[in-house]
Amino acid sequence: MTAGGAEGHEVVAELCPRGPMLLRGVSAVRDEHGELHEATRPVVAVCMCHRSQRLPWCDGTHKAVRRD
Amino acid sequence: MLCPRDRGPLSAMVRLALLGTEDLDLERFTRLADDVPAEGVLTDADLQLALWTLYEPHYGGFEDVPADREWDPRLLAARGVLERRVEAELRRRTGDAVAAGLAAEGPLGERIFDVVAADDGPKVAAYLHRHATSEQVVDFLRERTIFHLKESDPQAFVLPRLQGAPKAALAELLYDEFGGGRPSRLHASMFADGVAAAGLDPRYGAYVDDVSATTLAVNNAMSLLCLHRRLRGAAMGHLAAFEATSSVPSRKIAAGIRRVGLPEVVAAYFDEHVEADAVHEQLAARTICGGLVEQDPGLEEDVLLGVAVCLHLDAVAGAELLDRWNHGPAVAAVAADGPERVAS
Ligand code: FES
Ligand SMILES: [Fe+2]
Ligand SMILES: [Fe+2]
Repeated sequence: MTAGGAEGHEVVAELCPRGPMLLRGVSAVRDEHGELHEATRPVVAVCMCHRSQRLPWCDGTHKAVRRD
Repeated sequence: MLCPRDRGPLSAMVRLALLGTEDLDLERFTRLADDVPAEGVLTDADLQLALWTLYEPHYGGFEDVPADREWDPRLLAARGVLERRVEAELRRRTGDAVAAGLAAEGPLGERIFDVVAADDGPKVAAYLHRHATSEQVVDFLRERTIFHLKESDPQAFVLPRLQGAPKAALAELLYDEFGGGRPSRLHASMFADGVAAAGLDPRYGAYVDDVSATTLAVNNAMSLLCLHRRLRGAAMGHLAAFEATSSVPSRKIAAGIRRVGLPEVVAAYFDEHVEADAVHEQLAARTICGGLVEQDPGLEEDVLLGVAVCLHLDAVAGAELLDRWNHGPAVAAVAADGPERVAS
């Protein structure tokens, strides 16, 4: 995985192994129910394991999932 | 903040030298520092307070100490005496963990998460979540004021010592820690709002006379790693471990704060860290530490040292808190949870 914003692309989504997707420079994320969630920080982590208690954001819960 | 009250001969000598009352006798200082046995260095309140007081002129300083003491050669030499003792002891205590991390396979970022996941230190957040009294939660907040009221300041010293992708990622992380351009969202300000609502004094350093030696040791370790360019790898390893043990514990602490009925603004600081540190841990472990070691493979051991130092000191400080609060079954009952730390 490389740092974002590279090579002339404005927004680079970064997929973290066993973890969330990092998004830089987005102002909101629309979830699967159509609800819009404002992004309040320069980089946000979108949950990819669907176990977060603060969806659509990652809250670290993915680390409780067994890894092997 | 005023120069803190001394807790023994070392901190007394530092205090008098900072105030300009008495020149520091470096030979005597070194002798006294050498009298502290190696295994007691991290828990010696006098030594840790002396070191904390010597670091502070690099941060906010003391109102009653002239600003140019920051670069007083004799005080810097005294700082070096204590730093050598502390660094040697931290290396001694973490040697096995560092060797195990070096022997493990896979990308460094992944290994950092694995090391953190395998850590089974004391469960302070779980205790705060389920069992702590309101007074114990406030006691916890009081100890944490030493760190959270200057949150991320130590790590900001490392920025000019990094290049390329790790530098960009640390800048991104710090920008978030420092409020993303909004002073009210500075993490240190959010914590100050919380402690004030909890009935504590929100001024930085207000409790330095009260906190434990291990709280000072936790903070001194960050200054030690972050103020020496030589130790930049360890500083970033420490940051990665810190961030990687924060979001889940922050959720528990926020729940504990609500359970004992403290104001919402106290919990808000920890809510913020559930989300923020889920981002920061990825940046710190993969982009900063992973990138740093890609640029300079010789830093791998240092990064792992920083990870191990963070986990070790957190375990020491956590055990002390749980011991202070409760010797009973409530503490044993939380022993089954995963690894944890608190917001950064
Ligand atoms: S990806 Fe982190 S909680 Fe789902
Ligand atoms: Fe923070
Ligand atoms: Fe953080």
